[in-house]
Amino acid sequence: MKTLWKSGLVGLGIAMISGLGAVSVPTDAKAWEPKKPVQFIIMAGKGGGADKAVRFMQNIIAKHKLSSKPFTPINKPGGTGAEALVFMKSATDPDHTIMFTLNSFYTTPLRQPGLGVDISTFAPIGRMAEDTFLLWVNKDSGITNVEQFVKAAKAKGDAWIMAGTGKNSEDNLLTDFLNKAYGLNMKYVPYKGGGRVAKELAGNNADSTVNNPSEQLGFYQAGKTRPIAAFTPARLPLFSDAPTFRELGKDFVYFMQRTVVGAPGMSKEAATYYRQLFAKIYGSDEWQGYMTKKSLQGGFITGDILMRYWLKEKAVHKVMLQKMGAIK
Amino acid sequence: MEILSLLLNGFAIAFEPLNLALIIFGCAVGLFIGAMPGLGSVNGVAILLPMTFLVPPTSAIIFLGAIYYGAMYGGAISSIMLGIPGASTAVATTFDGRPMALQGKADKALVAAAAASFVGGSIGVVLFTLFAPPLADIALGFGAPEIFALMLMAFATFVGLGGDDVAKTLFSIFIGLVFGAVGLDIISGEPRLIFGDIPGFFHGINFLVLAIGIYGIGEMLWTIEISKGNVVVSQASVSVRRIWENLVELTRTWKAMLLGSFLGYFVGILPAAGATPGSLMAYGFAKQMAKDPETYGKGNINGVVAPESANNAASTGAMLPMLTLGIPGSPTTAILLGGMVIWGLEPGPMVFIDHPDFVWGFIASLYAANLFSLLINIAFIPAFIWVLKLPFTILAPVIFILCIVGGFVPTLDMHDVWLMLIFGIVGYLMRKLDYPMAPAVLAIVLGPLAEPALRQSLLISGGSFSIFFTRPFSSVFMFIAIALLVLPLGKQALDARRRKTERT
Repeated sequence: MKTLWKSGLVGLGIAMISGLGAVSVPTDAKAWEPKKPVQFIIMAGKGGGADKAVRFMQNIIAKHKLSSKPFTPINKPGGTGAEALVFMKSATDPDHTIMFTLNSFYTTPLRQPGLGVDISTFAPIGRMAEDTFLLWVNKDSGITNVEQFVKAAKAKGDAWIMAGTGKNSEDNLLTDFLNKAYGLNMKYVPYKGGGRVAKELAGNNADSTVNNPSEQLGFYQAGKTRPIAAFTPARLPLFSDAPTFRELGKDFVYFMQRTVVGAPGMSKEAATYYRQLFAKIYGSDEWQGYMTKKSLQGGFITGDILMRYWLKEKAVHKVMLQKMGAIK
Repeated sequence: MEILSLLLNGFAIAFEPLNLALIIFGCAVGLFIGAMPGLGSVNGVAILLPMTFLVPPTSAIIFLGAIYYGAMYGGAISSIMLGIPGASTAVATTFDGRPMALQGKADKALVAAAAASFVGGSIGVVLFTLFAPPLADIALGFGAPEIFALMLMAFATFVGLGGDDVAKTLFSIFIGLVFGAVGLDIISGEPRLIFGDIPGFFHGINFLVLAIGIYGIGEMLWTIEISKGNVVVSQASVSVRRIWENLVELTRTWKAMLLGSFLGYFVGILPAAGATPGSLMAYGFAKQMAKDPETYGKGNINGVVAPESANNAASTGAMLPMLTLGIPGSPTTAILLGGMVIWGLEPGPMVFIDHPDFVWGFIASLYAANLFSLLINIAFIPAFIWVLKLPFTILAPVIFILCIVGGFVPTLDMHDVWLMLIFGIVGYLMRKLDYPMAPAVLAIVLGPLAEPALRQSLLISGGSFSIFFTRPFSSVFMFIAIALLVLPLGKQALDARRRKTERT
């Protein structure tokens, strides 16, 4: 401990001296940069939409040499994001810890106040996209529209299995919506990660899912699964046969944020660095191509606008969770 | 023979000068990464991924595949030489590899590991070549009930063994299961067994921490005690002739090799399982089916051969769901998957049709990587043996440092290092009290796979256990598991009774 303290003092001294020396140098030269590998936390399991997106961004950073230090993806899927949020809250080096979040960023702290996570303390870096949801069935079921889906699910009652990513996750919210809106009694079974959920449907171990396009795309192209309706305001170009729930007379639109946040306590300089970095990634041809291919939507927002977006979404989710009876 | 022409085409790609050089280089790098405790194929592939942007995608995946393969070979080296699992996939190799090294048979164990890896990898890649699409369909149909039944079968092999004390084995399994339950539960989202609110427990207990603690630190303490610091670690000598003799002798282990290869491959193709459970299960089955189960854990060569052939076969198997379903079968393939996306290749059912050059070039390179890993590995055996001849006073601190590094690297958390030291002391005490420790390691690996699968199955069936017996695959697994559990116990009870009557 003593030596650590000592080297800290020495480091401070060096920093001060170099700081003095840098006065005459243009400001760019002393802009903050990561000094060691950046931990890029994923609040979901391997193979899901969030996981794929982070590994994709990591590769964009490496390919275009956007950072002198590598970004290391780390999956912390436990407890619908609780593991990741707790890790971020107690991050020992907030300047080198960022996370890729989903909507469990709002719902998990609401459901588990015991975690002591306050999302307004996190650093808003940038919203990279909004992901969309569709209702999927296995092609073998012969179901092609929501009407048939409702009929089949009603007949099976609680033996109708809806696979999803975790208790009270986005998937669970959508399942509850469908149960309520159509008078169904589908059983929700949680699995680790959206990739696994997609596989359970393709392997006929579940009757339906509410996967993101990126998770089901492979199985869809192979002719194993079929989307029958979308939780979006307008039909998705990739799945133009699937009507929106709005068209079907149920006004329900739901997006999932795909946002990069910094750990609480991140310095202003570091936050600025990451904002510029992720704005560059958002603008890259690769990311734009990825968004089209994965049917992602939404523009890049950052800073105060992103924080306001969070607080608005948090309020929306609070009402949804209350309606579900998950929280008081 | 469409497959044959596709494969030949693939070989033409794999043997292009650049690709061949990458295979050899990748195997060598992988071997050393695998041999370093804590650093496994996951780290190797992750660290070297950005390098692959310099070459075309097919060359890139060939390089990463070679590293993956090399690491599977390399993991066995420190397991055998130092008693520290070099990678998670090589934990089962320590069970018998380390005792063999202590008996002066390190060269035999190393040759066995290399040859078994080669056989496992070869069988895996042949199965991959011939049956990729139908096997992918089987993997797809595997739901929670099948996974649970398979895991139960693995546990059964460890319980019903004549050689060990059943009560102590059960204790060891249960303590492993409890450790495996620590952390956030997927299904309810609630943290379990986190001792108040210790953040380090939220991600659960990394089983490598347990394995390195028990086998690295615990083993070292034990060696110091029995030798009172006066150890001649190994008398192994090595020569080309001995290597050849060892290879010839290995033909007698063909049963364990085949068992490990097929079982490992099959477990590898199941999404979310991977090579670590595959190698542990192969060890359990080999022991269960052996005529001399009591010699396992004391330096039985089959105990090295089974897990080593399984982990290579499984690593090939894990490529299958990655390529065909877009779902990684192991942590390493998850990283490969990320690489494929940036190279502009979308893994999934369409990749075989849209990018045949890529897929078949890669498969062909696995054949080549397998061969080169074997050659490089055998060439280095004399160097590894030399390490064993170092005096224990030098070796012990090195082992200790490697253990600490190995405990820290996977999660970069000091919490895990302290935990590992505690496990080291506990492992030493358990060893003194003659508790088998392999079951605890098995339980901490398989528990977190088995438990959610059990709960998901029961959720699906509405609480009825009949779900395990009404589905074809799971019912077969369940019956085998029950038979494995009951038969040896019954036999033991009979034996005990007979002995009693003989005495009277």
